[in-house]
Amino acid sequence: MTCSDFLKELTDYLDDSMDAQTRAELEDHLQWCHNCYVVCNTTKMTIEIYRDSHLYELPDDLRTRLRTAIVSKCEGHKKQVGDHREQSGSPTPK
Amino acid sequence: MGTIQPKVEAAGDEITLVHAAKAGDISAFEELVKRYDRNVFRIAQHITQNREDAEDVVQDAFLKAYQNLANFQEQSKFYTWLVRIAVNEALMRLRRRRPERMVSLDENIKTEEDSMPREVADWSPNPEQLYNQGELKEILGKTIQGLPPSFRTVFVLRDVEGLSTEETADALDLSIPAVKSRLLRARLQLRERLNKYLKNRTGGDGK
Ligand SMILES: [Zn+2]
Repeated sequence: MTCSDFLKELTDYLDDSMDAQTRAELEDHLQWCHNCYVVCNTTKMTIEIYRDSHLYELPDDLRTRLRTAIVSKCEGHKKQVGDHREQSGSPTPK
Repeated sequence: MGTIQPKVEAAGDEITLVHAAKAGDISAFEELVKRYDRNVFRIAQHITQNREDAEDVVQDAFLKAYQNLANFQEQSKFYTWLVRIAVNEALMRLRRRRPERMVSLDENIKTEEDSMPREVADWSPNPEQLYNQGELKEILGKTIQGLPPSFRTVFVLRDVEGLSTEETADALDLSIPAVKSRLLRARLQLRERLNKYLKNRTGGDGK
């Protein structure tokens, strides 16, 4: 296995979605190839750092504001559809 | 590194809420909003890289979901269906802001070479000790901003939100190999870019 072969399998390796045979071959490569070992390790850290970073959290006040806006838009839509149904004579579900 | 991450849990009562919302119960729909608004905002902000756009995406995606609930076939999870709507809204806004640059999920896959790591250095084991939270967030934001939209999108769904490869493919209308290939390149590019901030500073005081 070359470093380039290893790299191709890196995503499946990190996601643990591969057969035991391939996994063993990759782990064997990691035993002696320091570069791939470091790339593998730092890529894993990259994923974890982003996952744990709480980047782009929705602040509470904005969250409330957005939810209120969504609900009122939905009500507007419901009313529109309801009016339309009344006009066409079908019963409006309560 | 084992902190809890805000993953989406498919609660058993979800389908009940969806049915109630389909029947016109807005408070049931509001529950669904509460359940997923943070996720939708995070996804939108990752893709658009613009706060105002992200706010609009949250509103429009939920409204669209409400208006089209009747078309939700319930073969996939509600969340995956919602993500699909949100991603489309986000990409649309991105295109509007950058009409000069084609924004597409089918962005050309280049050769293997450009994903080959150029710099290989081990990192400091505790990056949170190198920077305070604000600094780290700034670095992470700047770094992901430099990625092509199609890579950012796959990365946020798969690695930040924790969707499976299949769900990501489904939400983005991509094949599974396409998702995997973009994900690999996104991960490697982020790694490469973070390198300069996080690599072990040898020759320092060795702490
Ligand atoms: Zn190697």
